[in-house]
Amino acid sequence: MLNKIYDWVDERLDITPLWRDIADHEVPEHVNPAHHFSAFVYCFGGLTFFITVIQILSGMFLTMYYVPDIKNAWQSVFYLQNEVAFGQIIRGMHHWGASLVIVMMFLHTLRVFFQGAYKKPRELNWIVGVLIFFIVLGLGFTGYLLPWDMKALFATKVGLQIAESVPFIGTAIKTLLAGDPTIVGAQTLTRFFAIHVFFLPGALMGLLAAHFLMIRKQGISGPL
Amino acid sequence: MQRGKGMKFVGDSRIKTAEHRKPNIPKDYSEYPGKTEAFWPNFLLKEWMVGAVFLVGYLCLTVAHPSPLERIADPTDTAYIPLPDWYFLFLYQLLKYTYASGPYNVIGALVIPGLAFGALMLAPFIDRGPHRRPAKRPFAVGFMLLAIAAIFFLTWESASTHDWEAAKKQGEIVAESSVDKESEGYKVFNASGCISCHGAELTGGASAPTLLDTGLTPEEVAKIAKEGQGAMPAGMFKGSDEDLEKLAEFISNAKSE
Repeated sequence: MLNKIYDWVDERLDITPLWRDIADHEVPEHVNPAHHFSAFVYCFGGLTFFITVIQILSGMFLTMYYVPDIKNAWQSVFYLQNEVAFGQIIRGMHHWGASLVIVMMFLHTLRVFFQGAYKKPRELNWIVGVLIFFIVLGLGFTGYLLPWDMKALFATKVGLQIAESVPFIGTAIKTLLAGDPTIVGAQTLTRFFAIHVFFLPGALMGLLAAHFLMIRKQGISGPL
Repeated sequence: MQRGKGMKFVGDSRIKTAEHRKPNIPKDYSEYPGKTEAFWPNFLLKEWMVGAVFLVGYLCLTVAHPSPLERIADPTDTAYIPLPDWYFLFLYQLLKYTYASGPYNVIGALVIPGLAFGALMLAPFIDRGPHRRPAKRPFAVGFMLLAIAAIFFLTWESASTHDWEAAKKQGEIVAESSVDKESEGYKVFNASGCISCHGAELTGGASAPTLLDTGLTPEEVAKIAKEGQGAMPAGMFKGSDEDLEKLAEFISNAKSE
């Protein structure tokens, strides 16, 4: 039955090459932890992606309850944390995932760096990777404000002060992020929400697509 | 891609008919060196096992340590000592050194992080030699080790000088009382001395029960205030009838969260 459906679609759209290309790519011996235990260092990138997927899914569930508004943001998080079934688990996964993704990404970066895997012809993929690093740090910074509790507000104030200290364009950057040159308030929360939920994830997905396409095109770097 | 004469298509689309198409069979890995294997399904299964083990650890962490939530943001609390999330601590700590803060703030906030992250981004163009082994690229590896050491040191310095006890206390969620202390009834409650036994939050104490959620009507409350009940002697309330009415109304409506 499933085969017939597959054949029916394949006859019309020729879908076989689309997925066989991914399915058939060869995994060399030196990156396979089943053959060399030390190859577990090649898992860091995949685990970073795994946590990223978890972050996207748990974040989608969080927005079912979260209200990006200074009167209700904290209340909605408190409700989610204490009243909603599994709310504590979903929020916990998003909270700890934010830290874990940075740890795994850091390890992945070090693996690529110390193996010199960024050398010709993989320079562009390294640059895209560093951009992904910045996007993830940005997600961490903007997400930290959203519960609208004391540490969120004051950590954000400090972060915005640092942004403001940039010469010439500091105030403009701060205004762009916070919605006002001096006040950290209602506008800041909605802007951080928009940046955290729409702008940065959009950029992240584009960069991840580029990252993976380049890996598929070039293959993984050879053994040292 | 095959193109040209003799090609048959499905209807008027660009899709080729089955005999001209890529067959749906795995390719032959025997040509590849060593123990090369297919991504699907051989290697992906192993990746899933690693992912599953990781996920178990991740969920244990989530269950063992519920994510923190401090009290609602209060911008007027100027005594609050801020601290960014742990992965920004090294940048934050950098701004506490003499030549990276105050008049030199630009150095700590822009120049040093800019150089470090700029060098990271442009690493392939700085470290241009043909060698990949760490031992053959002493400068690249040396600078990276230095940067890692600096990040660990700064994070450590920041975390060890922070007063975690005070930080925990300053952010604690304080249970809010639903008692309106501005109301006239509360003022009478305070002035008549009820407060000394029943407490400022009406929660009672060693010598008196709570006055929250009594379920009594104002008339019953007024009666008890005048005539006493249990350990409470008669004649405790000595104010005017007008005040008694306000007090009775207030206590009758007093409810916990």
